[in-house]
Amino acid sequence: MPDPSRDCDALIIGTGPAGATAADVLTGAGWSVIMLEKGRNHLLALDEPFAPLGHVSNDEIKFFRRHFLGPDPFLEPRTYRRDEADGDHLFAGEVNNLPSTVGGGGFHADGKLPRFRAVDFKARSELGPIEGSDIVDWPVDYDEMEPYYAHAENLVGVAGLAGANPFAEWRSGGYPMPPGADMYGSVLTTEAAQRLGYNPYPAPTGVNSVPYDGRPACNNCGFCGFFGCPIDAKGDPVAPLRNALRTGRCEIRPESFVERVLLDPAGHAARSVRYRDIDGNAHELTARVVIVACGAWETPRLLLRSEIANSSGLVGRYLMYHFQTYVIGSFPFRLHGHRGRSVTHLHDDHLIVDDESRAYAKDHGLPYFRAGIVEHGGGGHPIIEGMYSEPGLTHTRRMLESPMRDRLWAFTVQGEDLPQVTNRVDLDPRVRDVHGLPVGRATYDVHAHEVVASRFYAPKLAEIMREAGAQTTMSITSPRLEADRAARVGASISRHIMGTCRMGDDPRRSVVDRWQRFHDVENMLCTDSSVFPTSTGYGPTLTIVALAIRACRELAGLAPLRSERPTTASPAAGTDNRP
Amino acid sequence: MLEVVADRLIPPLDAHPGGAALGAADYVDRLLGAFTFDPPLIFAGGPFSGRAGGDASFGQFLALSRHEELAWRTRIEGSAGLPEREFNGPTRGWQQIYRHGVAALGADFLDVESDEQDRRLHDTPEIRTLFYTHACEAAYGAPEYGGNPDGAGWVAIQFPGDSQPRGYTDDEVRGRA
Repeated sequence: MPDPSRDCDALIIGTGPAGATAADVLTGAGWSVIMLEKGRNHLLALDEPFAPLGHVSNDEIKFFRRHFLGPDPFLEPRTYRRDEADGDHLFAGEVNNLPSTVGGGGFHADGKLPRFRAVDFKARSELGPIEGSDIVDWPVDYDEMEPYYAHAENLVGVAGLAGANPFAEWRSGGYPMPPGADMYGSVLTTEAAQRLGYNPYPAPTGVNSVPYDGRPACNNCGFCGFFGCPIDAKGDPVAPLRNALRTGRCEIRPESFVERVLLDPAGHAARSVRYRDIDGNAHELTARVVIVACGAWETPRLLLRSEIANSSGLVGRYLMYHFQTYVIGSFPFRLHGHRGRSVTHLHDDHLIVDDESRAYAKDHGLPYFRAGIVEHGGGGHPIIEGMYSEPGLTHTRRMLESPMRDRLWAFTVQGEDLPQVTNRVDLDPRVRDVHGLPVGRATYDVHAHEVVASRFYAPKLAEIMREAGAQTTMSITSPRLEADRAARVGASISRHIMGTCRMGDDPRRSVVDRWQRFHDVENMLCTDSSVFPTSTGYGPTLTIVALAIRACRELAGLAPLRSERPTTASPAAGTDNRP
Repeated sequence: MLEVVADRLIPPLDAHPGGAALGAADYVDRLLGAFTFDPPLIFAGGPFSGRAGGDASFGQFLALSRHEELAWRTRIEGSAGLPEREFNGPTRGWQQIYRHGVAALGADFLDVESDEQDRRLHDTPEIRTLFYTHACEAAYGAPEYGGNPDGAGWVAIQFPGDSQPRGYTDDEVRGRA
């Protein structure tokens, strides 16, 4: 199979969960891969035994204030506008930035890794259309995905409790690890939620609760979400990258910025990839297959500047985030949210369409709506806490009392954002990156669905927060959901970015097929969340990994994974699914 | 001068030292002079500070890439008309903002009443905003960056600071205390 006329079997652009999973599957099948990553490597040594580099630390300045994981908004700005009436853009700087570094978005995430439910793959059939959006079914369903979810949970190492979420879909086995320690504030909010009839459960988390896969158990250091793990207890995407490196068939080239994917003369296949190293030297690599795994912002940006794969005109379109409604409670006592993994519980109740929400939807001109998982979490870090306050004595008083950090607990809704063809990533006509190339621009405005869903659920969350003991609550949503357009300014701060190369069977209405191959470029795949046809209300990462396993096994000619649906109503909890 | 301003932005109160005692001026000195050190004082090392066990390594700052040096020199020094720093237009550097800001506060700033000092700060929002950000970083960031001496800012707000490699026990995470 090795082809001496090419540099490798597969070139993988991007080393986040999407690229790392592809590297794991393809090297496991005997392929040679080269991974090109535009950011620096702070994750792991690239020589045996691929140990952590020791660059990661409990350091708020480095991770929150100085862009350690990139992208630095000076070097790689992005722009934002609501619609074309805003002109070229309203803002240039930091927009939906995910880490630009070896490990990508997996590096900084706190690793909440839920599965979708069956309805999420079939929203069009089961829930129906909503005017002003293009809700479609995915070309896969839950039953087909189940074995890939199970494989993904074992690969990354997910701690969770099967059977704890009554809304969860069937599982072929338990989680590979039990849940880690519950955070104190989440104990309060989950007990309150239960008293009010909701169904919180331990968040499936890609952080070791016990030693797993040669990596230690998490020690609850509290610098989790938006940091990296200093002790290698977080599996995504260290585990797949290390697997790939151990085969000896994977080479990672950090600080390698891909300028362009070039097609062969006939224009139907990718021939090579052109990139620049950190010194600005140009290189060109050839491969049998090119895997694009840059994330749902950088992937369309690369394709648009390469002027490929866009006969549908849909590259970059259907940009989706999760709308994030934060309901914040202030407590009369300290909650020490700085201990633990940022978020330890979820509930799915606000994803479930019921008679009450349908009635509210009808009153507001919608057939239905859904929000998303609700994260029960706390924490926060003191520099940010200080900056939120006004200078002067107010500052010192608030820091002594800490209403916005140590006495604060938060619900974060990861709410479903409908696919709208007008929401998109394209190339900004004026702003450039450090390489001199046009930066990505988001054109994005919300649909009434998000506004109505947030308004319906926020008061319910405030009620739970008060039941848990909060004296006061406040609610804020990103992006802004004000009915008044003038007030609806400000890019979404969500890091869940999806939809910009949607997957489907019809080449006129989608960019990649059901195996994530580009309709227009036969030897090129996308394995990141660009392919999501809808955003659902769940964090995207586990589904990215599961889909990438599925697509790359097919690519490599490996047999599809199958799983058995248990005959009993609730699957066994525990560690019986370990590889 | 900066020490007096630091105490207006973060005034001392009860057990909380003011911005001056929390090293805001030293922090700014080290940041504006980051490139007089090699490696520059931008990204502290890791994985551990030694305060919660392990070998102390925060003090061994990490080398910057060519692009990171470009970004941080531009932030600190300004774009100074250099084409490689002005691919999206000119940038005013922090050194310049501090220099102009301190001048704008007036040569007699130290001699006027605190209400007048606050009024002048309010009238010079550029340095007020920038220095307040840096004062917060100084007061509650890792001491290796030049502020928060001996973790005094963390003690004042009952924040334990970096916790690796000790971390917290499951009981400390779950329990109320």
